[in-house]
Amino acid sequence: MSLSEIEAATESEQVEQAAGNLRREAWRRLRRDPVAIVGFCLIAFFVLVALLAPLLAPYAPDAQPGRGMITPTNIPGPSAQHWFGLDASGRDELSRVIHGARQSLLVGVVSMLLGMIGGLTLGVLAGAFGGTVDSVVMRIVDVMLSIPGLLMAIAIAALLGASLTSVMIAIAIVNVPVFARLLRGQMLAQRGSDYVLAARSLGVRRRSIVFGHILPNSISPVIVQATLTLATAIIEAAALSFLGLGSADPRVPEWGRMLADTQRYLASAPHLALFPGLAIVVAALGFTMLGERLREAIDPKYRR
Amino acid sequence: MTSEAANAPAPEPTDPLLSVRGLEVHFPIRSGIVFERQVGAVRAVDGVDLDIPRGATVGLVGESGCGKSTLGRAILRLVEPTGGRVSFDGVDLRPLEGEELRRMRRQMQMVFQDPMASLDPRQNVQSVLTEPLRAHGIGGDHKARVRELLGLVGLPASAASRYPHEFSGGQRQRIGIARAIALEPQLIVADEPVSALDVSIQAQVVNLLEELQDRLGLTYLVIAHDLAVVRHIADVVAVMYLGTLVEQAPSDDLYARPLHPYTRALMSAVPIPDPVVEDTRERILLSGDLPSPANPPSGCRFHTRCPFRQPTRCDDERPVLRTVAGHPQAHRVACHWAEDIEAGRIQPVASAVVEPDAPAA
Repeated sequence: MSLSEIEAATESEQVEQAAGNLRREAWRRLRRDPVAIVGFCLIAFFVLVALLAPLLAPYAPDAQPGRGMITPTNIPGPSAQHWFGLDASGRDELSRVIHGARQSLLVGVVSMLLGMIGGLTLGVLAGAFGGTVDSVVMRIVDVMLSIPGLLMAIAIAALLGASLTSVMIAIAIVNVPVFARLLRGQMLAQRGSDYVLAARSLGVRRRSIVFGHILPNSISPVIVQATLTLATAIIEAAALSFLGLGSADPRVPEWGRMLADTQRYLASAPHLALFPGLAIVVAALGFTMLGERLREAIDPKYRR
Repeated sequence: MTSEAANAPAPEPTDPLLSVRGLEVHFPIRSGIVFERQVGAVRAVDGVDLDIPRGATVGLVGESGCGKSTLGRAILRLVEPTGGRVSFDGVDLRPLEGEELRRMRRQMQMVFQDPMASLDPRQNVQSVLTEPLRAHGIGGDHKARVRELLGLVGLPASAASRYPHEFSGGQRQRIGIARAIALEPQLIVADEPVSALDVSIQAQVVNLLEELQDRLGLTYLVIAHDLAVVRHIADVVAVMYLGTLVEQAPSDDLYARPLHPYTRALMSAVPIPDPVVEDTRERILLSGDLPSPANPPSGCRFHTRCPFRQPTRCDDERPVLRTVAGHPQAHRVACHWAEDIEAGRIQPVASAVVEPDAPAA
């Protein structure tokens, strides 16, 4: 390890130490917040359901235990045997909702991460350099923003073919400008602050100023946005699947696609819309609750 | 409350630590949506000459918006000057770029007005004080150095592990000062170092600055709008108005015999802690606000508000700093009529003078 590497290591260590202390404070506040706890429990519940789906679900998602009970005029609703009722093909709705959690959470997390990575890269570029780089990057972002999200997603899905991957990429791209603008705005505000000026006058290198001062002080809203984006990503994924842009495989249940499949039976079998819809709403609500409270816990203005 | 012993080792006028010549900072005013073009410039600093002798304290006073902070930042190249020359210890700072400039910063530090804003809320004191050491690759026992720095500014060693928001304003400013001296600089630009602090704390911080100057041989440029603070700490005072210096003099001489009408007006606003003198004090009131530095008045910048304004020269001829007979060589003023005003041959317009027998009692 060269000298500069050792220096860099101790530097990041100390910055981490400082940030760690504040994070502990935020964590303490968060732990006492009932709304955050409810949000966290909802998320934990869905994560567990997704992880343990094969164990929890009474049937396989593509099994048709109730095939004989389905007639064109009668789709049985909830019963002791099938808690969430049966779907139009005689599959157990509960098992499908449970397995659907895997898809929804996967799409939410992956597309959020992709969008965040893309957005942060552009945001750091614009926020750290400013000037011409900022102008160019932000015009690209403006162009991305000017295309309606759904239209963009449909175009991407059409380009890549309907699949889970294209849904994730589409949602990620729609979220890139949000993260980019958010981070850039935060960084610009920090760039003009006295402590950045102080660091400059001390002769701290630009890289250290950007990654040691500006970014850590700009990142909180991004973390919050990421949590909130998970909620919208789940909803967007459902919407894209609903439109038939998601995975075409009927054996893999996905909440949005389940909703789409039940359109025709809405009058006769409302339970088919209720349970996947409820799952989407509650999962999104969990992320939103945690995200909002996270914002308050992290924000230094709320610090006592 | 006079500044005596501070200039004991008589600074040689030929060898100033910092020398500023014709410094200009013009901020462009741009207009246009797609294609920006420059439609004007805010002349925040417009041709300033200033020498700071080694080991001395130069006070820079002026009202808000006159460009004194910009001047301080331009000297440190925190704001890019658009013209003029700044040489520090014989080195011309303007052409320095990148790594050279970064290394030069070690010699020149800054203390800020708002100590909270100038400290990263996510950095503890240990990290704040070792950052300059790390940035310049200074090895050694950083923990011991932090203890030493904290001791120098009168903070306990236990402060090292705490965060800025856990301190009071005065303590935070001490941290800011400790950070500024961490690299053992020669020059410190203190931009309103005490104006954000409680009056009861101000004296402590001013005394700390003076104490550090004696111990570490620092040279100060203290920017302030509080004349009492400047009088206390500065050996030489420069008075700034709308981007230019209007008067520059040894502190005692300036306060005893101000020459420029602007300085006289400023001085006349300071209450005198002697009831007899205070009761007979004549005050000169300035009318109007500071003109826009984007469109400064022609001739003497001050002529639009000057109670001593004359029909000739003032509005078309820009005065330069010059010496006046009967005053020390170091006392320089930028006024065409300084001699006549001092001799009483030119009187201020009556409306600008508040007679002492119209008390507020």
